[in-house]
Amino acid sequence: MKEGVARFWREIPQRYNFIGNKCGTCDTVFFPPRESCPYCRRKSIGKMKETKLAGKGEVVTYTIIHVGPEDFEEQTPYPIAIIKLEEGPQITAQIVDCPLDEVKIGMKVESTFRKIQQDGHTGAIYYGYKFKKQRQ
Amino acid sequence: MEQIGIVSYGGHIPRFRIKAEVIAAVWGKDGPAISRGLGIFEKSVPSVDQDTATISVEAIRAALKRCTINPSEIGAIFVGSESHPYAVKPTGTIVGEAIGATPDLMVADYEFACKAGTAAIQTCFGFVKAGMIEYGVAIGADTSQAAPGDALEYSASAGGAAFIIGKTKVITTINHTLSYTTDTPDFWRRAEMKYPSHGGRFTGEPAYFKHITNCATNLMEKAGTKPQDYTYAIFHQPNGKFPVNVARKLGFSPDQVKQGLMVPYIGNTYSGASMIGLASVLDVAKPGDRIFMTSYGSGAGSDGFDMTVTDQITKLARQKAPTIAQLVADKEYVDYGQYSKMTNLLFWE
Repeated sequence: MKEGVARFWREIPQRYNFIGNKCGTCDTVFFPPRESCPYCRRKSIGKMKETKLAGKGEVVTYTIIHVGPEDFEEQTPYPIAIIKLEEGPQITAQIVDCPLDEVKIGMKVESTFRKIQQDGHTGAIYYGYKFKKQRQ
Repeated sequence: MEQIGIVSYGGHIPRFRIKAEVIAAVWGKDGPAISRGLGIFEKSVPSVDQDTATISVEAIRAALKRCTINPSEIGAIFVGSESHPYAVKPTGTIVGEAIGATPDLMVADYEFACKAGTAAIQTCFGFVKAGMIEYGVAIGADTSQAAPGDALEYSASAGGAAFIIGKTKVITTINHTLSYTTDTPDFWRRAEMKYPSHGGRFTGEPAYFKHITNCATNLMEKAGTKPQDYTYAIFHQPNGKFPVNVARKLGFSPDQVKQGLMVPYIGNTYSGASMIGLASVLDVAKPGDRIFMTSYGSGAGSDGFDMTVTDQITKLARQKAPTIAQLVADKEYVDYGQYSKMTNLLFWE
């Protein structure tokens, strides 16, 4: 068991449904959720509200992975991008269903539900978000 | 009378395709002759990160985009497939979590070769009719397998469709539904086997044609209808020939079948096949259209549906998710080497 089912299970709300949170004082959105707001600090304690992000954003920058980690070897070459979500947070994610020469900085993307990893052929399968070009 | 039926729908087809002639070239066969014989020109291929769970989630999310249902109102999810990612651990649990329908939810996975998805529609219909749930979700999805070199390799593909069944804002009422089932060993996959086996030509007359013909005839008798009463007819589509032939035999015209016939360009999506056909019909259906659907699952059985499109379909935000025609058109071709990797043909551990 490489990653551990418990760790992945705890992250299901984020990986499946973009559940982040929002500071009740300054309205900054965090993904993944934070215990307190780093800007408002103690004023935010007890005021962090759960919020569901839309899973849409744009590519801030990207790279093409040619030598992937063990579970991703079959997918090379593939793009990994930093994506700025509509609500503000920036995340790192894989871009799929897009020819490599079409990936561009500023490209609008939306999330898609995919298999991320699996613990070999007998272990658990871990699902979550990847991104694809936004539908016009 | 209380109307129960489809409230929303959505489909998903992986965007990779392989042409039948590319597969034929690997095995030294005549590609164009095979395409003509089967009525299949290309088929969809799932990428390495797609399986029945991911296709199901994409399909039901498309259905939810089109309507205003709060996922917490969904009381049951049934996923029909012969390629569930786990042998033990329901696909429906992953789907339920991914749409926010958990935890007050009943989930079960179905398996009945290519008709497990339509069986899920019938179950949802029964649950809604009994007043046990407000909305139920029925999904038919597959990433079907074919042994290298087998005749099934030209058709076994990937895709799925999801239907929300309920009694409010119904876009298509289910007027009648019935099934026809026997013990007919035309196609099977034994436990722990990677690829299915089949009875070759035996899959035709005593299997596909017998079950669909009897189910369809019984349904029209129950509904008091004849083929001419329907705007669209959808039949299970293991290849491009069988559904057209069974339609002709029953008295339906090629025009009635055309809109729901997706197999020539995506292949046989198994549990998704007749469901994607129905989704394609709903993409263009108008109020008053009457729809006839008969699925077929090897083993063997057929589920028949007599449906009528309501005025509510004009209020459904159909444009908020891609149509089946758009999903079919959005494609990228792969060669046999890439196909082998994507469908795990090379696994030897």
